[in-house]
Amino acid sequence: MEAMRVKIDGRSYDANPGKTILEVAEENGIKIPFLCHLKGLTDVGVCRVCIVDVRGQLVPACATVVTDGMEVLTSTDAVAAYRRSVVELLFAEGNHVCAFCVSNGGCELQDLACDVGMHSVRVPYAFPRNRVDASHPRFLVDRDRCVLCGRCVRACSEIEGAHTWDFAERGRAVRVITDLDVDWGKAATCTGCGKCVEVCPTGAIVRKGASNAEMRKKPEVVAGLVEGRSHG
Amino acid sequence: MEKQIHIEPVTRIEGHGKITVFLDDKGDVRDARFHVTELRGFEQFCVGRTLWEMPGLTARICGICPVSHILASAKACDAILAVQIPSTAVLLRRLMNSAQLVQSHALSFFYLSAPDFLLGWDSDPAARNVVGLVAANPELARKGIRLRSFGQEIIDRLGGKRIHPGWAVPGGVNQALSSADRAWTLGRLPEALATIQETLSLFKGAFGDAEARRVLSDFPSMYMGLVRPDGAWEHYAGVLRIVDAKGKIVEPGYDPSRYYEIIQEAAEPWSYLKFPYYVPKGYPDGMYRVGPLGRLNACDHIASPLAQAELEEFRQRSGGRSGRVFDYHYARLIEILAALEEIGQLLADDRIGSSTIRAEAGVNAREGVGVHEAPRGTLIHHYWVDKDGVIEKINLIVSTGHNNLAMNRAITQIAKAHIKKGKATEGILNRIEGGIRAYDPCLSCSVHAVGRMPLAVEIVGPDGEVRETLRRD
Repeated sequence: MEAMRVKIDGRSYDANPGKTILEVAEENGIKIPFLCHLKGLTDVGVCRVCIVDVRGQLVPACATVVTDGMEVLTSTDAVAAYRRSVVELLFAEGNHVCAFCVSNGGCELQDLACDVGMHSVRVPYAFPRNRVDASHPRFLVDRDRCVLCGRCVRACSEIEGAHTWDFAERGRAVRVITDLDVDWGKAATCTGCGKCVEVCPTGAIVRKGASNAEMRKKPEVVAGLVEGRSHG
Repeated sequence: MEKQIHIEPVTRIEGHGKITVFLDDKGDVRDARFHVTELRGFEQFCVGRTLWEMPGLTARICGICPVSHILASAKACDAILAVQIPSTAVLLRRLMNSAQLVQSHALSFFYLSAPDFLLGWDSDPAARNVVGLVAANPELARKGIRLRSFGQEIIDRLGGKRIHPGWAVPGGVNQALSSADRAWTLGRLPEALATIQETLSLFKGAFGDAEARRVLSDFPSMYMGLVRPDGAWEHYAGVLRIVDAKGKIVEPGYDPSRYYEIIQEAAEPWSYLKFPYYVPKGYPDGMYRVGPLGRLNACDHIASPLAQAELEEFRQRSGGRSGRVFDYHYARLIEILAALEEIGQLLADDRIGSSTIRAEAGVNAREGVGVHEAPRGTLIHHYWVDKDGVIEKINLIVSTGHNNLAMNRAITQIAKAHIKKGKATEGILNRIEGGIRAYDPCLSCSVHAVGRMPLAVEIVGPDGEVRETLRRD
């Protein structure tokens, strides 16, 4: 296949067909922030944090395949403003209190807020009422801290093959569930592998027993497994 | 015709409160009340969280004494895990609590209260603060600041930060003491000991006589504190002891996990801070005091030589147990000495360097109580959880609360002694505030409130008309 030329932020780069904007940017050392994307999982483009400008259109870099001659702007003022708004909305939608969170200091959402320069949230908080499900013997899910990125759903389905996790409801009521919306401890399909814990970018799915700021995750395990499997 | 004088807010305390002085027809004081005017509601929003978050969550009640909440919370969680935590973890928690006593007591004495009695109760309010103290006595102020920073530095080195270190966890602590930090602490200890001994000498020289120590009222009450099984002063473990005004034992050694059998809380419509009382004596006769004075009055002795010698002198000067509010300051200094000596004892124990510091366990009990001595007095955390460790209910009885009845008694006595015919000068109002300040109340903790406003004092007639206003901006 013939390489294409793609222009990112005014400079031209070679790109292989089928690559996404995010992949081409990463190959060339250009940082585009993201949240729902995780190497090794199918990209779904749901969080909209990686939006970039392609000739005036805002598209998710993780889920947009490059085309020859494509011109991408990753950090215009408008893109930065939209990106910050997206992150603010993620905070407003949940109950994210870093101060006592188990993932404080090791949270992708927290890092993202710093990266996009979010020093306050300009929209009203929704203050949803969620219940912590600590029924699993080793893990727990705190939906207050869930950003609905779906990494847990994809890792469980695509990598572990269990498909314990999925989404329920619609619109603002959407939430992640285990099996047919039973307590996690009663989910018959769960193998207890813990991949959902490692890929969850926040303190939503965590190891039970972790205390304030103790949770550190290894989302890269997924890419490692995929790589390992590709070698048969 | 009743008039009221309001002191709002009370300054140089931790948190936000006000004082109302009620005058009778002649303008003499009928009563005085200390109101804690803000509500925070931790007991509500902890419900639904997990027990593993509780030390970090309840630490946020306060920026002055987060360590106290972390430790009480971790102890309550230990009880829910039903584990015996490793001995090194006990030593390290004791070390952090000793450091907390040093830093908090030094803050109370040097920053908040010393300006009153070292610069004068009637001195210029604009300079009657730690900055004024630095100008008037830079050497003492410098030493006091360094003493506090010594306590803070230990907390920082143990927990990774000075405020809100999420270090004590259910089952122990999450970071061991490095040999470098142990050596650093031992190296700084002699200077801290010298500072507190010098401060004690200065204090006793200036305020050793009973008359000077009576300035902030003097009344009998019961006293409560943790003691070791042999009756020694204690701050982390032990049993609850209550003594009467003369030191006679009322409760020799109550199991802290059954505190609710002897301590209950009353509520008054004019304050968010509840009024704990000793159940057998009822409310309000069951008034008791906690904190430095409560602990020194409750214990038989202190298990370290320098502090024990100071305790003996304190008792000799007081003729036994002291009921003087001013002696809270005296007791606070003695406790700094005791805590520093304990830091030395703990660091001399080889077990303290071990890395076996945490017991892992699941939820093995549905209820847990954690009690220890915070700088301001006995701190109680009581949690109820479901089978998965999610909090169903919590009860906190915070140190400042125990002293609520006594603080009201103190300000009433001071106001009655000084305010005649409705005349209240700024210096008099400062003495009334001083009666509160001596208890070093932490209102952030007590109602789980924080705020700072200029002081305004109003004398209000029965028709609601403001007759006179004193303002301190």
